[in-house]
Amino acid sequence: MEITLAHYLSLAAILFALGLFGIFLNRKNVIIILMSIELMLLAVNINFVAFSSHLHNLVGQVFAIFVLTVAAAEAAIGLAILVVYYRNRGSIAVEDINMMKG
Amino acid sequence: MELQAIAFYVFASVTISAGVMVISSRNPVHSVLFLILAFFNAAGLFVLLGAEFLAMILVIVYVGAVAVLFLFVVMMLDINFVELRQGFLQYLPVGGLIGLILIVELLMVVSGWVIEPGKITGATINSETVSNVTNTLALGRLIYTDYIYLFQAAGLILLVAMVGAIVLTLRRREGVKRQRIADQLDRKPEDAMEVVKVNTGSGI
Repeated sequence: MEITLAHYLSLAAILFALGLFGIFLNRKNVIIILMSIELMLLAVNINFVAFSSHLHNLVGQVFAIFVLTVAAAEAAIGLAILVVYYRNRGSIAVEDINMMKG
Repeated sequence: MELQAIAFYVFASVTISAGVMVISSRNPVHSVLFLILAFFNAAGLFVLLGAEFLAMILVIVYVGAVAVLFLFVVMMLDINFVELRQGFLQYLPVGGLIGLILIVELLMVVSGWVIEPGKITGATINSETVSNVTNTLALGRLIYTDYIYLFQAAGLILLVAMVGAIVLTLRRREGVKRQRIADQLDRKPEDAMEVVKVNTGSGI
């Protein structure tokens, strides 16, 4: 049986929905939210690479590399902010993050 | 072809179940480990798609850097994760509903579309996916010519992220004795010691 583009797109769709679901499910835990975002970015990358392979066009893979770059930068900055926040407040619960609320 | 289908289903099912475990696991360390598993299987899928370079980059960058960074942070922070899980079931219905709606919509899109036949040839003008060139070589040719500015911008993003992370997390703690090399080198004999003439029998 042939594995078509639709298979990969369905997989990416399921993975993306899982990431979104994870954000809703773990609303209090910033670390799991960041991990869910990573899952969603992975789903996007799978889409890019699947289309790139299907259309025989490498530009999709180039863009996937840039998505990877941004994901790495986002994870680094996000976790740095998390560490600083934990130092200041001693907690990482999302509902405690309200210092800038005026 | 049969083998490829089997490989796809194995990789896909492991990826999805690892994704489920990432969001539902009780211990965040387990979540990170399942995230690593998901990344490995996604790399396998990329190899199946013929994107070997991206698969290796995925393993190196995601597993080697991002996931390990997550692991560090999870282990470094002393957090009561049980407390953070309260209300887990409370958010389940609305999250499940939205996730379900999204997935149904996406699957409808996936099963419904077709590419207009004439458009595909237009999209492959500058592609180099010829079979006698490896994926890495073809990607490199594309990145270092047509996309060189974007590539440099990606490097800048990483540099800014690195500087930002260092600036955010660097702290000077009070009351810590540390070695200051510049001060040590600046020290002169006149500052450090005093020559005193002592008369015999009188003391200082």
